[in-house]
Amino acid sequence: MANENVSVWTSIPFWRRSAAWVTGFATMLLIWLSFDTLGQITMGTDADLKNNVTKRVPAPTVINYHIDYKMDAKRGHEIPVIGEKQPFFGKEWSEEEAAQLLHLGKLTSQAKNCMNCHTLLGNGAYFAPDLTKAWLDPAWQAGGPLQGMTGKNTVEEAMAEFLQHPSQYPTHARMMPNLGITAEEAKGLVAFLKHMSSIDTNGFPRNFSKSVETFKAGGTHAQ
Amino acid sequence: MKHSKQEALMLSSIKTNEFAGSKSKELAMMYFRVAIILFGAQLLMGLIAAIQFLVPGFLFELFDFSVARMVHINALVVWMLYAMIGSVYFMLPDETGVETVGVGLGKLAFWVLTAAVTVVVLVYIFIQVGAGTEASIWFINEGREYIEAPRWADIGIVVVVLIFYWNVFASYMKGRQTGIMTVMVADLLALAGLYLTGMFFTDNISMDQFWWWWVIHLWVEATWEVFVGTLAAYALIKIIGAKREIVEMWLWIEVLMLFGSGILGLGHHYFWIGTPEYWWEIGALFSALEPVPLVAMFVHVLYDWGKEQGIAKAEGKQGAVMNNGPAMAWIVTNAFGNFLGAGIWGFFHTLPQVNIYTHGTQFTAAHGHLAFFGAYATILIGMMYMGIQGAYGVERLKATFKSKMGIFLITFGVVGMTVALTIAGYEQVLVERAELGGGWNAFFTAQELPWYVQAQTWRAIMGVTTFVGFVYLVLDLLTIGKTAKAAQAA
Repeated sequence: MANENVSVWTSIPFWRRSAAWVTGFATMLLIWLSFDTLGQITMGTDADLKNNVTKRVPAPTVINYHIDYKMDAKRGHEIPVIGEKQPFFGKEWSEEEAAQLLHLGKLTSQAKNCMNCHTLLGNGAYFAPDLTKAWLDPAWQAGGPLQGMTGKNTVEEAMAEFLQHPSQYPTHARMMPNLGITAEEAKGLVAFLKHMSSIDTNGFPRNFSKSVETFKAGGTHAQ
Repeated sequence: MKHSKQEALMLSSIKTNEFAGSKSKELAMMYFRVAIILFGAQLLMGLIAAIQFLVPGFLFELFDFSVARMVHINALVVWMLYAMIGSVYFMLPDETGVETVGVGLGKLAFWVLTAAVTVVVLVYIFIQVGAGTEASIWFINEGREYIEAPRWADIGIVVVVLIFYWNVFASYMKGRQTGIMTVMVADLLALAGLYLTGMFFTDNISMDQFWWWWVIHLWVEATWEVFVGTLAAYALIKIIGAKREIVEMWLWIEVLMLFGSGILGLGHHYFWIGTPEYWWEIGALFSALEPVPLVAMFVHVLYDWGKEQGIAKAEGKQGAVMNNGPAMAWIVTNAFGNFLGAGIWGFFHTLPQVNIYTHGTQFTAAHGHLAFFGAYATILIGMMYMGIQGAYGVERLKATFKSKMGIFLITFGVVGMTVALTIAGYEQVLVERAELGGGWNAFFTAQELPWYVQAQTWRAIMGVTTFVGFVYLVLDLLTIGKTAKAAQAA
């Protein structure tokens, strides 16, 4: 054993110790950062919304407000902007009602396996459009083709109608199947989509939904 | 009559177990057999999904893309877990010098797991979706990519994994404690523990995704990679007689670098899910480091092989030193595939400046296909060949025509799919994301462009190529042992 370990670089104990220290350090750092992140992504409260306190993930009652996705000069990308009060399915939802509706929507999104065609926050399958900011998609707004085809007058009613009878409203050769979504579940899903659109995703998707017309008119930053 | 003879040969091939009484290795073979069946199921489901990209009406409202894709990715995860458990039971007696402590318990866990997997798959296929209630989450599926298993199955999986872990740990404590087994025992504890972070329901999709990545990333890009390192270390000692000191030194270096980059590399999934911006820097730095240990693994395999070959040559020996040609071929493919698929294809789109456009596009699918194949499928198939060699007591297993067709067609097919999906992703990124901003209209505009459709066509063709390779692989696994044994006896 006398002539062993001529160099530390070929010493197994050295690498074993280093592996243990590096793993331990990385784990500690991850846990510490996770505590900070979990605090920042916890849902805000109804009081935050009333007092214009911005949260990365707002309270379920955000469905009572108008939501927009605007370029923020300071941060250099788009951020969700929560605006004036706006009725959702024709009414203002109390804290409890909104929470219940979001709960139903999130459960339904999992029970119907939405993520294995769509992407949510960019995660999931790539067979169907990303739903991260679907609520804000121009196609669902007044004058948009998706709202038009359902014959409804608001984004939420158009979305709910589509979700209940997707194969009646083909938007593309690749269609959404009928998943037996009830009227109540559809409302929940729309609340879930509206809530998701209010989450601060650090500017993803970038330059959200410029139409072909905008592009022809001079690109994504055309005035 | 030749046909039925072939069948009889295969059937007796499946049953043969001649491990000279090693119950642990017999148990390993049980896991390998289910793994290869699930691998086939994964490929079939992938073919259905690939066709649905080209012919949207294919099985519409009967067996939709969501179902095909869910079974595709779940079969992948489950066959790999089966093959991993099998590999551990296989190496356990060699490394520790003792048989697995609770073989009976291990067999019981095997049957419980297999029954549960069967029920889950049948529910996925025939019931598919449920109402928006907790009951659906408990009994049908959880609708969370890769970990869709309903909650009852989650709990069952935890019990089965605990039995497995107890078996490994107790055997390790009872027997020899090599460096390879020390890494294995520590790694499996982390792997089992992480599954628990994906077992709850929350209304907050950001919180949901935050913990979901603790299972998915910390499995795939940390604990699984270390697991592969231990398998490569063990296999190199067995196949080419590599020196244990050198192999174990490499293994510790790999653990250092894999955990050093992989644990905080988790940050590259936290760019856009509602989490704070500091993950941009942390994710960019550590995920950029993630290919480094893969280079080490690459060097490790090729260096050890070259070294042992050189020694053999110096001693005047002819030919290759390896005693298992097909296994060594798959392990060398692993060294290349892991570096290319996980390292290079991952690095392509890991920086936030790029990822804001590539996140959630076919780029991810391209990387996923080559990485899962290159990093995991290859070495697990290699372990299956080692299982065959042991089961038949063959001293030197040589590659047959079927072995060569299997590895060539599968690798060619997966690389072909990867290239096709990369082209599709490139087009999708430019048109859907960079130009049109990722909305509904942008998505379908990109999906209709000829380059995208062509790429998807090539993906389907390459998928079929992979499947043909899989057929060769299965035929080879079923027959190579018996043929080699007969040749050895002659």
